[in-house]
Amino acid sequence: MKPAAKSSPAGNPLDADTRSRIEQIIQPMSGLPGALLPILHAIQDAFGHVPAASVPLIANALNLSRAEVHGVISFYHDFRSTPPGRHVLKLCRAEACQAMGARALEAQLVSRLGIGFHETTADGSITLEPVYCLGNCACAPTAMLDDKVHGRLTLQRLDALIDGCGKAS
Amino acid sequence: MNVRIYVPRDTSANACGADEVAAAIDEQAQARGIAIELVRNGSRGMCWLEPLVEVETERGRIGFGPLTVEAVAGLFDAGFPNTDSHALCLGPVEDIDWLKQQQRVCFSRNGIIDPISLDDFEAHGGWQGARRALAMTPQDIVSAVTESGLRGRGGAAFPCGIKWQTVHDQPAAQKFIVCNADEGDSGTFSDRMILEGDPYRLIEGMLIAGIACGATQAYVYLRSEYPLARRVLSEAILRARTAGWLGADVAGSGRAFDIDLRIGAGAYICGEETSLLESLEGKRGQVRFKPPLPAIKGLFGQPTVINNLITLASVPDVLVNGAQWYRDLGYGRSRGTLPIQLTGNIRRGGLVELGFGVSLRELLYDYGGGSASGRPIRAVQVGGPLGAYLPESQFDTVIDYEAFAAIDAMLGHGGIVVFDDTVDMAEQARFAMEFCAIESCGKCTPCRIGSRRGVEVIDRLRQGVDAQANRVLLDSLCDTMQHGSLCALGGLTPLPVKSALRHFSEDFHSTKVQL
Repeated sequence: MKPAAKSSPAGNPLDADTRSRIEQIIQPMSGLPGALLPILHAIQDAFGHVPAASVPLIANALNLSRAEVHGVISFYHDFRSTPPGRHVLKLCRAEACQAMGARALEAQLVSRLGIGFHETTADGSITLEPVYCLGNCACAPTAMLDDKVHGRLTLQRLDALIDGCGKAS
Repeated sequence: MNVRIYVPRDTSANACGADEVAAAIDEQAQARGIAIELVRNGSRGMCWLEPLVEVETERGRIGFGPLTVEAVAGLFDAGFPNTDSHALCLGPVEDIDWLKQQQRVCFSRNGIIDPISLDDFEAHGGWQGARRALAMTPQDIVSAVTESGLRGRGGAAFPCGIKWQTVHDQPAAQKFIVCNADEGDSGTFSDRMILEGDPYRLIEGMLIAGIACGATQAYVYLRSEYPLARRVLSEAILRARTAGWLGADVAGSGRAFDIDLRIGAGAYICGEETSLLESLEGKRGQVRFKPPLPAIKGLFGQPTVINNLITLASVPDVLVNGAQWYRDLGYGRSRGTLPIQLTGNIRRGGLVELGFGVSLRELLYDYGGGSASGRPIRAVQVGGPLGAYLPESQFDTVIDYEAFAAIDAMLGHGGIVVFDDTVDMAEQARFAMEFCAIESCGKCTPCRIGSRRGVEVIDRLRQGVDAQANRVLLDSLCDTMQHGSLCALGGLTPLPVKSALRHFSEDFHSTKVQL
């Protein structure tokens, strides 16, 4: 389980355009068996997060309570209720990467970015997330920057990745 | 004629620069007026050589690797693709001992074919198992799988045929096949490699399961951490449907079978079969009580075969070559082959598929070549984050479900993570508890609360606070989790913790207090 999202259940009210975009995502998928996860993924793909105000729309379409929808969003690590930074950096913290120095990479990231996991730098450039295995365990340590996986990372290569995100040290 | 050049499109190869190497080769070839055909194959599993580029020649496929973008121009200067004298040239890939000595069944096509080419798939034996299945009675298919001795490759090692028989025998109108591709164990990537390198193999295996058990609808539950696998499988499902291997009338047989791909959302627990079913139904991934078994009351309350991806990918060869052939590979009650993943601090890491019975030592030193750091190997964790840590004195254990159970360890999904002598085993034990706390579904108390208390107790042990009492407390906590948890997450987290305590107790001693 991940900690409960901090935003209020109602969130900010949606403008008409956003509301309509969300409804257009939900509508064609609402008949799928077990539609909730596919819908949440589609909304997050479109908006970078699942706006809290979309919860009643989803609940209504799937004949669920808002609490049930909120419960699913808060259960899964992937779903976020607030927008991430411009880049999302996921560092693998699992054993194969640990064996190749992931803990040192983690320490460097936290110190250089000045944030912990699940946090975003003040300039909004990078959100740092932990991940437990990216399936690159024979070429560890590994991180994923946005959708691209980087293996055989060193402290220098990690630094270069951060530089590429436009974050000054 | 164009020279055919293979550059893997595989997560590990890409993570080491394969996309960039492919682009550089294309650019150099164009600039030099060399006509090439670039094929993006899957990976051979020789991860330490990635990106491993291959050139098709009369002598077979000649390998070059590990290649970097920077090395590409020099390679062409040396006569690439018509050279085998460059320092990075590995000679004919099929002659590399590491590969040649394996017994590749599930991985027979990986790295060889263009993963999404149906022609390649068929030319290398694809659909033969499905064709056989379409000509057999469902009971004969189930019997063949039972006789093959195939056991679940996800970790629990339950006999696949018994599961299929149970679903086969259910009278329900709607049954389901579910592929568990939520490969969350650190140190494993065999599911991913099949998806990226030979996705039709899975489709074929699932189709056979559907015919055998009378299911017309199937789901693949794939973890979200594998975006490339998702793209390749999506494309493969579309193409298989267009070619008539999925849909209302499979291969003109009059039978319906289709596959829907669903994506997980970052929850390790959804690799547990009942959590996975909950997640597929659109709910929180919380573990269900058993019974009822999923084979009787599974997805949406219907009889469901839920198998690990490698289990399903093993099935076509069982039908093509026969149950006896498959059974003859293997050791003891562990029949067939296991794709083993050599990972972590290892010099030659990658995918080794062998019949059961090879020793850990052969894998670590003959295949793996020792640690990547060159330091002594101190511990290996086998079977993912819930697997035991084994010391050097246990390296002669053979890959066999029963042999591992006999030393309070498990094979799991076949992942081996290697650590050198710089590892702090108390830190690893702490991480096992921490991971359980992060990933617990929260349904049962021993797992949800026990893991948090476990982190605290290990912290106190490491600080030397009441060492004697805390050691007793930790043992007791492990017992409670092991025997009181609802599923394997809470139930097996004590395995890495207790094995670390048993074999590496010196790491738990504080500098001030001796136990």
